[in-house]
This record gives sequence, C-alpha cells and structure tokens, in this order.
Amino acid sequence: MKKLIYQEIEGKSTSYIKVAAGLIATILVGLLAAYYMEHNGHVVTGMNNQIVWGLPHVFAIFMIVAASGALNIASIGSVFGKTPYKPLAPLSALLSIALLLGGLSILLLDLGRPDRLIVAMTHFNFKSIFAWNIILYNGFLAIVAVYIWTMMEGRFNKYTKPVGIAAFIWRLILTTGTGSIFGFLVAREAYDAAIMAPMFIVLSFSVGLAIYLLVLYAAYKYSDRPLSEKLINRLKNLLGVFVGGVLLLVTIFHLTNLYAAEHSGVEHFTLNGSSYAFMFWVFQIFLGSILPLVFFYHPAFANQLKLTLLGAGLVIVGGFFQIYVIVIGGQAYPLELFPEYDVSSSFYDGEVALYFPSLPEMLLGIGGVAIAGVIVLFGVKLLKFLPVSLADKDIDPHYNSQNKVANKK
Amino acid sequence: MFFSLALNRQKQQHFSIMAVAVLFCLFISLPVFADVPFPKVPQAKGKKCVEETAFMRRNHMELLMHQRDDTMRKGIRTTKHSLQGCLDCHAVYNDENMPVTIQSEKHFCNSCHNYAAVKIDCFGCHNSKPFVKKQPRTEKPEI
Amino acid sequence: MTDHENSAKNLLKAPDNKSRRKFIGIASGVTGMTLLAPGIFLNQVAQAKTDAEAASSKVRWGMLIDTNKCKSGCNDCVSACADENGWKNQTRNNEELPNEVRVQWMRKVELKGKKTGREVSLPVMCQHCEKPPCVDVCPTGASFKRDDGIVLVDKHTCIGCRYCMMACPYKARSFVHSPVEFHDDYMPRGMGTVESCTFCVHLVDKNKSPACVSSCNEKAIMFGDLNDKNSDISKRVSQVASRQIRGDLRTDPGVRYQGL
Repeated sequence: MKKLIYQEIEGKSTSYIKVAAGLIATILVGLLAAYYMEHNGHVVTGMNNQIVWGLPHVFAIFMIVAASGALNIASIGSVFGKTPYKPLAPLSALLSIALLLGGLSILLLDLGRPDRLIVAMTHFNFKSIFAWNIILYNGFLAIVAVYIWTMMEGRFNKYTKPVGIAAFIWRLILTTGTGSIFGFLVAREAYDAAIMAPMFIVLSFSVGLAIYLLVLYAAYKYSDRPLSEKLINRLKNLLGVFVGGVLLLVTIFHLTNLYAAEHSGVEHFTLNGSSYAFMFWVFQIFLGSILPLVFFYHPAFANQLKLTLLGAGLVIVGGFFQIYVIVIGGQAYPLELFPEYDVSSSFYDGEVALYFPSLPEMLLGIGGVAIAGVIVLFGVKLLKFLPVSLADKDIDPHYNSQNKVANKK
Repeated sequence: MFFSLALNRQKQQHFSIMAVAVLFCLFISLPVFADVPFPKVPQAKGKKCVEETAFMRRNHMELLMHQRDDTMRKGIRTTKHSLQGCLDCHAVYNDENMPVTIQSEKHFCNSCHNYAAVKIDCFGCHNSKPFVKKQPRTEKPEI
Repeated sequence: MTDHENSAKNLLKAPDNKSRRKFIGIASGVTGMTLLAPGIFLNQVAQAKTDAEAASSKVRWGMLIDTNKCKSGCNDCVSACADENGWKNQTRNNEELPNEVRVQWMRKVELKGKKTGREVSLPVMCQHCEKPPCVDVCPTGASFKRDDGIVLVDKHTCIGCRYCMMACPYKARSFVHSPVEFHDDYMPRGMGTVESCTFCVHLVDKNKSPACVSSCNEKAIMFGDLNDKNSDISKRVSQVASRQIRGDLRTDPGVRYQGL
C-alpha cells in the first residue's frame, strides 16, 4: 500500500467561511447566555430545586461520552492494528478533543460559581467521582494531544501504538467515571446501578462513531476529496454492532429493574407513565436503535449511502435522548422516602417534577456544540489531519485495478 | 507598506507577529499613564487594629482565610480575626449615621480594593455592615 | 440492728408539716427547672463548648422528632428556621420567587398510609448522616461533616455544581437560584451555592438550641448529644420506638422519628 499524503484543507471557499462565521456567532450567543445565567442566577433557567441538572448537562454529558467514543476509530487502528482504520486516526483524535472541550465548556459555564474554577482545580475530594473526572478529562486532553503528535511527527510514529494503548485504557476509565456519576448515586431510583458504567462505554462507542462518520463524510464532500464508499460501509457495519450493544445493555438494565418490586415505580414511570416514556420508546429505541439497525443491515437498505448517513444521524438523536431520559427523567421521578405512604409537601415530595428547558440553556448547549465544530473546522485547515485521498485505490490493500471499485467523489 | 515589498511569506509572518506583540505591550501598559489618586483609607474606631497596619495590608487575606476555615470546619469562633470583628471597627458611616454597605465606594474595603482592582468575594454572602444586636431578620432588602 | 433495718426505721418516722412543705417546694422547683431546661439550654456543663474550642468528635448532635405531636398544617418549626437563617423572604424584582426555585431548608411532609390510611405529619430537613452521600460526591470537599456530626456546606469552596443535591437521599439541599437580598450576620448565604439545614450551628456553638426545637409548642423536636448516655435525647431513644428515614441505605442519619 502506498504511503498516504495528509494535507490541510484549503478552507477558503465561501461555504467554509460561512460555516465558520455561523459557528463563531453561535459560540458568542452561547457565551452571552452563560453570562446572563451567571449574572441573574439560575432562576432564569428551567432548572430548579427538583430538576437540578438540565439541558446543559444533557448536552455536556452527551458530548463527553461522544468524545470518548470518537477516539475509538483511532484505537482500532493503533491498538488493534486494523490497517484500514489508520488513516482515519488523526481526525478521530481531533474530533475527540473537540467534543470533550465543547462538553466541558458547557459544564463549566453552567456552574453556580464558574468564577471558582481555580477552587475546583486546587481542592480535590478524592472520594468524589466528579473530582476524579476533572483529572481524567484533563489527562485525556493531554494524552490525545501527545497521540496526535506521535501520528504527525514522522520519527515518533513508532510511539503511536503505546500512546494509543494508553489513550484507549484512559478512555475506558474516563467513560466509566462518567457513567459512575449516576451509577454511584444511591438516592435516586433510576440510578444506583453498576451497569451505568458499561452502558456509557458502549454508548460512547456508538455515538462517537456515528458523529465521526458524519464528520468524515462532510469533511471529504466539502473539500472535494475522494472517500471510499467501501470504507463508509465498513464503519457503518461497526456502528451497527455498537448500536446493538447499547440496545442489549439497555434491555438488561430495564429487565433487571422490572424484576425487582422495589423498582416497579420508576420502571413504570420510565417505560409507560410519562413524557420520558415517549422519548424512550420513540426516540431512543425506535428512531435511535431499531431504525438505524434496519438501515444498516437489512438487504433492502444496506450499503446505501444516504440511508447510512441518515441512520448515523438517528443514532446521534437516539443517544441524545437516552442521556436526556437518564439525566432529566431520573430526577423527575420523586425520591422514595416513605414507600408505604402517599406523600405531599411544599417541596414537591411525592410529585413528579416538571421541567421545561429554557432558551438560555438551549443556547448554552448549542454553543458548546459550536465550540466543538470550530475546533474541528480550524483544526483540519491548520494541520494535516486529513489524508488527501481516501479513495479505494489509495487505501484498500486489496484493491485490484481490474475490480474497478467505484470511488466516491 | 511592507507587504507590497517582495518579502517572503515567513518574514511577513514574523513582522506581523512582532507588530501585534509590540502593540499589545503598549496597550496593557496604558494604565501606567492613568492618573489615579492613592486611596484615602477611612479612619477606624478604636486606638489600633488587632495587628500592625503594615502586617494587615499584606496579610489580612491570610488571616481571614485561616479564620474562616477555623470557624467553618472546626467551629472555632474566636473574634480577634473574625470578619465581624473587622467590620465592627472599620465600619464607615454616611451622613445619616448609617453604616454603608459594600455597594458604596465609601466602604472601608472598597477604598483599597477599588484602587487595586481586586474583586471582593466575601460580601456576596456575608453582611458588609457591623453586627447590630436584635437586628430584625425580616427587614426589607438592603440597598 | 443492721444498717438496713436502721434506715427502714428512719423512713417510717413521719415528717412534720413544715418540712413537708419545704420538701414539696424544693421538689417542684427542681422539677420545673428540669422541664424548662431542655428547651433552652442544651447540655450539662460538662459538654459546654467555648468559642476557642473546636467541635469535638466526642459529641454527636442528633434529633428525635415525635410525629405523634406534629399537627398537620402546623408550620411553626419551618417558619422559625426560615426566620433564624434568613430564607423567609426570597424576592427578586420585588416579587416572591416561584416555589420551585425557593430555597427550603426544611419542610413539613404530610403522609397518608397507602394501605392503612393512617395520617402522619412530620418535618424533614438535612438528616446529618454519619455517612453522608453528599459529602462523598462533592468534588471540592465543600460539603463536609464536622467532627461533632453536623453536615455543612462550606460556601467558600462550593462551586455550585449541585452534585450533592443529586446525591442526597432526602432531597434536603437547595440551590440559591437568585441573588440573596438580605445578608445575615450569622448565616451568610449567597447565590450560586448550595445550602441546607445546619442544625443552627451558630446557635449550637453557643450552647443554644436550634430554632425549630425552641419554636415548637408541642415540644415535638428534641435535640441533643447522642453520644452522651446521660442526655435527654439518648435516654429517650433508648426507651421509645423510633426509626431513621431510608435507614436501609445505611447512611445512619442523626435525625430519628417517633411514631412513624
């Protein structure tokens, strides 16, 4: 296989500038929303003493989980030695950093006292998984930066594998930490489950790859570079496996809970008795898992580019709603202090809490997504993240000129 | 002007970076030329402070932070270095003989902190007026 | 004659009226004082803490709430707490905050048995657990347990992440959603931090009772040192049936409820 050439994209076209301008404007609006929330207090948001974590946290956790999974593509190349994935590694690492930074900025800007970031970085309670996450997230940024460096600097290419392995292990610990944020909470019926950690890990694989697939396609389409459709199909097949994996763990989680009388209340709430049930079944399960699987594997639909892309998009939507149901739905269900009694109080004991996302929260969340977008957009322009060609003839070791596999233009 | 000459790209970049760096240094040094008067620190009650003035100027933050941890974490409520102790003596009164709050630039802490441009975090939570016994807790919001 | 028979003989000697009256007078006085004392002064002289002393782990502050004495609709304890700690009036732009963002350090919960129909009323506040989940999850260590068992939020270090609110099994904590308009001398509170019942630590450190305890007309709330075998609360919990809320979580709350 001939050596691949990596090159920055030109990034001077009108559409590039328009996208960049749009993203920067979105970031500015997001920052404005954050300032508004910080200055006036969280009273201007939809969050309250019952639903303490809202839409910003859903965005942030989704992006952090996706960040971890986006690095998967690079890991498959570096750690597991699958050659077709190696050219995809630099973009995978860039996307992973971008998503993590985007998610973290939302999280930090939503704090009650964001001016106390220095306090958060200097006072650590090591029993708290949050404190561990701060270390894990920053360490992740450092490791991935080194990882990119080993990939781009020719004489460090020999270190790509060990650094890749380190990044892979770090990633698994990081996503375990993210899932454990909820898994460690005994207080709430919807949490307190060890399966949260592995579920988040497989979810990260799924949404990370889905986002990567769409970003890869967009990057090559809009820079007029060839991208092999065979490669897309390969990624699609892998994505389907991950979607199936998530579905499996979600099923196990709910079946186990359904078995226990203790959890019958929250299971009824999540699966049958609330707006979260609608989100669960329609967005998470049907649109986010079943339909993509059909698009990816059913002979009538498989290997069609448009359906692959649509399926990836649906996986992203489904993953987002999965986090929404976990974070918001888990808080909406009342705490069971007195299981034998019907309760009522001025503090909404016994009542399902209501939550309506407010505009500042939405703008902050979207601003975070825009931060990730800007990092990728500028990254591929400033540094050599993208191979000049991902056409079959350039990347497929088994390519035979007689087979004449059609290249995607 | 320089860009119209046939300089190569690298030299152009170097020049741009140097120009930006120089302009930036000039910009942030502007405050040196501003004419801000040295603060007039209001006279406090009593003969002297619990510590020497020079010591206080440098270390009052250390004392406050140590005391706050002692009080918060251990329940030690000695008054020598307490915030309330400071406010008792260092309260500034306005024309109606009422103590001013941190919102006023006449407040003792503001007299130096405004000059030094160091934001004070304490009074987001703490009362910035001296303690008055039997202060009704349901009074209207302070201005 | 043995000592035993001697003392028995002494008992049989009938006292005269004067000494009888004196005895009754003194006895009533002493009884009256012991009845009044728990509501005002906490503990015997042995445990009194001075300003310079740190809180000691020899002490564990706890509460016993007799729900049989709690009347449905009575909010005296909640009002007293709000008055004492400065959260009674929560306004923004001259309007009271909506209830869902109002800080509530304690609330009265009305219960009705699902199968029994029995009605109970009780106040719920921070349970000051021995093993507080809120302390475990706080990333900066702002949520902490003092040596004497009182669980507090160090507002100097709190970054307002609200993880402790997610973790609390009793939903005891509130987030300050709006700028605080009244700055109290003894209970500083500020926007962007999390807070909850402090057992009126500023009063307890001066050997006084928490506001809820002193305000209850029915004397339904008892407060004291659970580690002191001679304290009124220790004696009472050893005699009456009481339980902790969500005791199965093994957080070991310092607040116990009677009649639940």
